[in-house]
Amino acid sequence: MSDPRFHVSVSPHLRDTATIGSIMWTVSAALAPQLVLAAWIFGPRVLLLAAVSVGSCVLCEAAMQRGLGKKVTVRDGSAVLTGLLLAYVLPPGVPLTLPFWGGVFAMCIAKHLFGGLGANFFNPALIARAFLAVGFPVAMTTAWIAPFAWHGAADAVSTATPLYLLKHYGAAAMFQQYGAHAEALRHFFLGIRPGCVGETSTLLLLLGGLVLIWRRIITWHIPAAMLGTAALLAWVFGGETLFTGDPLLHLVTGGMFLGAFFMATDYVTSPSQPRAKLLYGVGAGALTMLIRFKGGYPEGVCYAILLMNCLNPVIENAFRPKRFAAPLPKPEPKPAAKPEAKPAPDASQKDGEGRK
Amino acid sequence: MEGNYTVLNRLTNGIFKENPIFKLALSMCPAVAVTNNIRNGVLLGLAVLFVQVASNCTVSLLRRVIHERIRIPAYIIIIATWVSVIDMVLAAYVPAVYKEVALYVKLIVVFAIIISRLEVFACRNKLWPSFWDGVGMGVGFLFALVMVGFVRELLGSGTVWGYEIVPFRPFFFWSLPPAGFFAIGLLMALFIWVEKKFEAWQQKRKEVRP
Repeated sequence: MSDPRFHVSVSPHLRDTATIGSIMWTVSAALAPQLVLAAWIFGPRVLLLAAVSVGSCVLCEAAMQRGLGKKVTVRDGSAVLTGLLLAYVLPPGVPLTLPFWGGVFAMCIAKHLFGGLGANFFNPALIARAFLAVGFPVAMTTAWIAPFAWHGAADAVSTATPLYLLKHYGAAAMFQQYGAHAEALRHFFLGIRPGCVGETSTLLLLLGGLVLIWRRIITWHIPAAMLGTAALLAWVFGGETLFTGDPLLHLVTGGMFLGAFFMATDYVTSPSQPRAKLLYGVGAGALTMLIRFKGGYPEGVCYAILLMNCLNPVIENAFRPKRFAAPLPKPEPKPAAKPEAKPAPDASQKDGEGRK
Repeated sequence: MEGNYTVLNRLTNGIFKENPIFKLALSMCPAVAVTNNIRNGVLLGLAVLFVQVASNCTVSLLRRVIHERIRIPAYIIIIATWVSVIDMVLAAYVPAVYKEVALYVKLIVVFAIIISRLEVFACRNKLWPSFWDGVGMGVGFLFALVMVGFVRELLGSGTVWGYEIVPFRPFFFWSLPPAGFFAIGLLMALFIWVEKKFEAWQQKRKEVRP
């Protein structure tokens, strides 16, 4: 009875060789070139920053898993990846306590108090960045380092990011600092500009993202929808008048590519259906541009993705695939209205009356 | 409808079993807003304690007079009366601290915890249990505010009641309003954890010596 044509097994029948570990380590590898570039541009301090962040995340993950009585799974690389992403969204000049506390927050509160891997509501690295932006506002907005400043002077020279200049001084002032239009765009594309550790080089992040798509770790939907929406909105609303904006400028500055390829595509916090992914990406791109144009911050990728994380369950539900099975039984009719009876003393709160 | 309530039962109910902040999660808004240092927390806690006890007693005395249909407006008027009293007293005697919590003292009128106690307890119990229920709930609220305020003041500005404990400001973050939610959430977890441990210990003791 061992005819190979009739192989009987229990579901699931579709199997894949991918494991959490293989995915996490591949993503980390796809991110690695950018770290090398950042170390070359901003100085070796960046490596220290990443080491503290990764170490903090791994330690906190192990501590939380042990403390909560779960299996310790730091080897699967998810903590390492969170730590790496956290280092990537920090300005390069921040004190080393920031990545440490960010890692503690990302792992202990954002990830494990919500149930651990696969159950976290928000992207841990981004929520840690939001936490640091609130808790250490000065360091998080001023600790930028000019490219190659570490080659000459002993102290890092702080500077302003292109998006900051664009927001507060206009496009003319930005191009005055970064050279003519084409040259500035080329530098931004290659990554020779101030910015967060891991967001500078559009080229390397794009290559990393394509590797992920090629390895089928992510699909094209979210990045394409997010970048496309952002470019469209930048073209329509980015200029002095309508339809005169520069879409490329908004794509190559800030954390757009890092966010689109590596943050918004996080499995846990993004939808799984293709159409839902498109909607999710469009929402993230639109919110990013809304924050960049109208918000108080020069950069909006972080908050846009976090806001879309909140909407993820709703989107996922709206695009739930059709159920091929017998229809669900109808819900039971509601019992008749309760007779007017006073609840027992000390009954819990009445319908939140007067809730403040 | 009068149940069998003892003083101790009412006090422990308010402070532990149904602690307004940590268990019922009512009146979170002021609890987050004023607890960046202990002094504000204590002042608001005392104000709430006073209003809760006074309104509980008033409603308990008037419980046969207030018609069921207009009970909510009647309760609000009673609460507002006592809030005006404590508001003026604080403004007259501690004007410096009052300035910082003035808005929230006025807002006690709409604190969920007060009207909820009137609704579920005072309106159907005699004066004496209602008085102790008010004390228990007020002290529970005060206790929670002091805990949260202590953690946030110590971590945020390195002081306790304005006295310097550590000579630097460890985490500015804890002085900010969003940190109030974190502090309350973490303390709530701790509170419930300790309570569970205590109950398990009590259970064990009962089994050993029935």
